[in-house]
Amino acid sequence: MTSVGTPVPRVDGLLKATGTARYTADIPFEDLTHAVLLQATIARGRIASIDASAAEAAPGVLLVLTHLNAPRLPRMRAFAKGGSAQQTVPALQDDRVRFAGETVAFVVAESQEQARYAAMLISVEYDEEPPAVGLHGDAYPPAKVNGQPPDYRRGDAERALADAAVTVERTYRTPVHHHNPIEPPVTIASWDDDGGLTVHEAAQGGVHMMRLGFAEALGIPRRKAGSIRVVSKFLGGGFGGKGFMWPRNILPAVAARLLGRPVKLELTRAQMYTSGGYRSETVQRLRLGADRDGRLGSIVHESTSTGSDMGEFPEPCAQITQMLYACPNVTGTHRLVRQNVGVPTFTRAPGEGPGSFALESALDELAGELSLDPLELRLRNYAETDPEHDRPWSSKGLRECYSEGAERFGWSARNPEPGSMRDGRWLVGYGMATAAYSSHTWPTFARVRIRADGTAVVRCATTDIGTGTYTVMAQVAADALGVRPGDVTFEAGDTRYPFAFPPVSSSGARSIGPAVRAAALAVRTRVARLAVKDRESPLFGADAATVRAIGGGRLARADDPERYDTFVDVLERAGLGHVEERKGYGVMPFLHSTASGIAPWPVGPLLRVATRPFAGRYSTYDFGAQFVEVRVDPDLGVVRVSRVVGVYDIGRVLNPRTARNQAVGGITWGIGMALMERTTTHPRLGKYTSPNLSGYLLPTNADVPDIDVHFLDRPDPLVNPLGVKGVGELPVVGVAAAIANAVHHATGKRVRSLPIGPAELLG
Amino acid sequence: MRTFAYLSADDVATAVQAISTEPGAKFLGGGTNLVDLMREGVEHPDTVIDITRLPLTGVEELPDGGVRIGALVRNSDLAGDRLIRGRYPMLSQALLTGASAQLRNMATVGGNVLQRTRCAYFYDGTAACNKREPGAGCDAIGGFNRNHAILGTSEDCIATHPSDMCVALAALDAVVEVESVRGKRRIPLVDFHLLPGGTPQVETALEADELITAVELPPSPLAATSRYRKVRDRASYAFALVSVAAALEVADGTVTGVRLALGGVAAKPWRAYEAERVLLGAPATEESFRLAAEAELAPAVGRSQNEFKIELAKRAVVATLRQLLTEGGAA
Ligand SMILES: Cc1cc2nc3c(=O)[nH]c(=O)nc-3n(C[C@H](O)[C@H](O)[C@H](O)COP(=O)(O)OP(=O)(O)OC[C@H]3O[C@@H](n4cnc5c(N)ncnc54)[C@H](O)[C@@H]3O)c2cc1C
Ligand code: SF4
Repeated sequence: MTSVGTPVPRVDGLLKATGTARYTADIPFEDLTHAVLLQATIARGRIASIDASAAEAAPGVLLVLTHLNAPRLPRMRAFAKGGSAQQTVPALQDDRVRFAGETVAFVVAESQEQARYAAMLISVEYDEEPPAVGLHGDAYPPAKVNGQPPDYRRGDAERALADAAVTVERTYRTPVHHHNPIEPPVTIASWDDDGGLTVHEAAQGGVHMMRLGFAEALGIPRRKAGSIRVVSKFLGGGFGGKGFMWPRNILPAVAARLLGRPVKLELTRAQMYTSGGYRSETVQRLRLGADRDGRLGSIVHESTSTGSDMGEFPEPCAQITQMLYACPNVTGTHRLVRQNVGVPTFTRAPGEGPGSFALESALDELAGELSLDPLELRLRNYAETDPEHDRPWSSKGLRECYSEGAERFGWSARNPEPGSMRDGRWLVGYGMATAAYSSHTWPTFARVRIRADGTAVVRCATTDIGTGTYTVMAQVAADALGVRPGDVTFEAGDTRYPFAFPPVSSSGARSIGPAVRAAALAVRTRVARLAVKDRESPLFGADAATVRAIGGGRLARADDPERYDTFVDVLERAGLGHVEERKGYGVMPFLHSTASGIAPWPVGPLLRVATRPFAGRYSTYDFGAQFVEVRVDPDLGVVRVSRVVGVYDIGRVLNPRTARNQAVGGITWGIGMALMERTTTHPRLGKYTSPNLSGYLLPTNADVPDIDVHFLDRPDPLVNPLGVKGVGELPVVGVAAAIANAVHHATGKRVRSLPIGPAELLG
Repeated sequence: MRTFAYLSADDVATAVQAISTEPGAKFLGGGTNLVDLMREGVEHPDTVIDITRLPLTGVEELPDGGVRIGALVRNSDLAGDRLIRGRYPMLSQALLTGASAQLRNMATVGGNVLQRTRCAYFYDGTAACNKREPGAGCDAIGGFNRNHAILGTSEDCIATHPSDMCVALAALDAVVEVESVRGKRRIPLVDFHLLPGGTPQVETALEADELITAVELPPSPLAATSRYRKVRDRASYAFALVSVAAALEVADGTVTGVRLALGGVAAKPWRAYEAERVLLGAPATEESFRLAAEAELAPAVGRSQNEFKIELAKRAVVATLRQLLTEGGAA
């Protein structure tokens, strides 16, 4: 009768399938005005002149902001430094153009059509300068990479390389990727008469973090940030592209304050490519040294990605290399090359995504050098403990993932000779790779209320970014309370609810789940305490701590389940409309006592607290093994993925349906990354060439084969009382490498630059 | 988007009359290309004349065994038409590999013929593009040109015509029937689209006031054994890197009939006359196929990113002919 672990259908499934779920753009607003962005058409230079007079005179136009008249806005604190922004330079503050797509004007009109038309009438003259394009310039070390120093060293990798019996030295490349969620980002900002601001956002970044960002951007003191409300109920995907504060989030609030009317900004698809970050292209040099048995003696992983004048986000490619294999000598370095582009940001498995492509491809090449089975090579270098921090794993089922995956896939049928397997004319290839991802536990509070009718409502300020949080958290609360999941409503996406960190880095289930559980247990105990003191209760006189939930909203004596009381009866006799409790999880004790869950907590300190290794005695990672079969048309170099088996250790599976959905989605991203996703930049002009879904290819159904997903479903009790780790991004990791490895197996051709297509295989 | 007037015509006479008096007007078929281009500011007609109510929606058998296709037949209807599937399977296949089901449900035959290039710089109003703005230059040469043309290009433009349907029509010797206030004309499809030369903005032989009323396919016993093969960057819903429409007739091991056209390689659907010449009377072998492909692509010129298309096109020709030889036409 427990709900956790069962495939409960999504509670919002019907709403979404019937189009009745209200996304941010669907929210009706009285007196609403509409904004559009005008963006720079050159990548570097100055605005010599900008003339908005025709636009200002156009029908319906209410306001045109340019650098000549926009209010002064502060530089934003960077996320890496405890703030909420990736792009720290605010928009419309000077005549400089730092990247193509930078906002040069913000037009507000009565209708979106009028605003768009007016934007066309603005004439901008530029003094162009040649932009820096590509990863060609001087490389420099970033200040930090995911909170860590840019260079990592264990042992002496260079010396060990020189001494190694077998070495592999290769360079791998991955292109710019864009998040491309189906829903374009939308912001609706409205001020009330008391100076309070309400912002409806498609906010993956979490409503509390955005509140702080709005306070900072708008000059509202932190202690008054409570006057800002951020609401985000449904998200049509984010994938990193709707986290953080960007100028597009701030400008509507600025304009709404000037106009005294609500302002809505909805980006066009093309503007999504330049207004919310992207994944940097990477160049990664990998050097491996091993003995003849395939035992790794040395790994050097040097990664270069894009730097920007607007902010800094190094793609943390080498970090997975630091922990994945038992290797005594490891060096990982991150460098940036400044370009005239916007700031990169987190994108679907940041670091691990492209990093594992390089590492796991190189391992496959090493296996080839050694004539060793690629899976056997990984087993020979299996890390029994975390080699990076030299401490045990909280749990690691990777060995079982390998064996279960190999069994399901039929790995033993692989003929090691490249080009040896065929199906008619098609060349068949098998490839595999390891997956690992460092999901986190972020500080999260939840409030659970039991109502007089025995139903419960759970509130938490997290956002359901489409992953199924509404469903799964209702299950967690239902089990802790002893009711059916249908009796629990999970409400999220509102700064009025208890604090939650943004649901980034696959952290949702493992951060929110324990908080919800703790709050549900607490409120249940409250009811039990009421009952044991109530002479009319069958529980009267029992020890409240031993009272058990037996389902159906009933609480029974530990010694006699026949003697029970119900939430409904207890509350009725007590004359209470409801009882509620709030609890936090992943939160340092001092925060417990002070955090109301409504107070605007600075993100930085919380982040530092949260990323401090949990309990400090264990390392926690999600693990998995990816097995892929491809078919390659030998005539045309067309690659089709024909089978994928993914086996994952994500701790306890809260809901196999939503978990599988995450895994299938992640693998699909991996297919896209391997075979088609790429944003191209004009080599001289530094502008994206195809900012649309016709130029940026994502997998269609026809590209995605039958995917066999299996979870070990083994609770990790050291991580949290629910035993859950993370699932969202893990299944992306390694897929691109497994496909590249399979392509090599099919054709004998090693492609080290993504994506892989006919151009790469025929050349 | 700018404001524009909207008219709707119920018969051909009204439609051609309307456009003759509105020089800045455009016909609106399914709108899947025109509306996009208007939104992007590439096209800005003063008037749009909706022609979707014109009675040009039939697919009829002609007395000589050919087929007449109304200009407003939707792409999905044409692909599913019994006559087309039986007699010209390559055309049905070509249509089905184009765009998506939703787009095919809207797209019309006339609009498909007249769809414009997908060159990214043509769409980007801030880029230099001779086709959009004669004399402005061409950002594709030296820029992102992976999908661009390798045959019949000029130093002014290297764009492709993106249609799949037209590749099959070129191979099938289709004839386009057009009408204006001056009367009717018939233009062979292979002469309908023009190579860029020094005037990439002039894309077709159609006059600005002419309406496409029909496309006619002559009878072709050969076409019953035909295929369309499209190579693209994903399995569905992507424009061709290269495509091949082919029909093949072999007797006693010798090629006795062949029709071959290539897509994705030029500013027009590319009828491969040279390859056909090499093949006719040659032994139906892989070697002949390769020689024919080499001959056709001898004048091909690759640019910074699309060099691979030359070899890809050759291989696609060989693979399609081989498949016709060994497996016959498409079902
Ligand atoms: C995302 C996307 C993907 C696509 N993928 C493919 C693909 O893979 N392969 C492919 O072949 N195509 C593809 N297309 C293009 C599609 O096939 C064309 O947009 C469609 O065929 C155009 O037909 P329409 O009726 O909608 O034309 P419209 O947009 O209505 O018109 C196009 C042009 O033709 C003119 N016109 C229309 N009818 C007539 C007529 N009877 N007489 C004179 N002028 C006329 C219009 O004035 C306009 O200039 C794709 C399109 C999109 C948007
Ligand atoms: S290839 Fe043709 S369409 Fe493309 S930019 Fe050059 S001139 Fe314009």
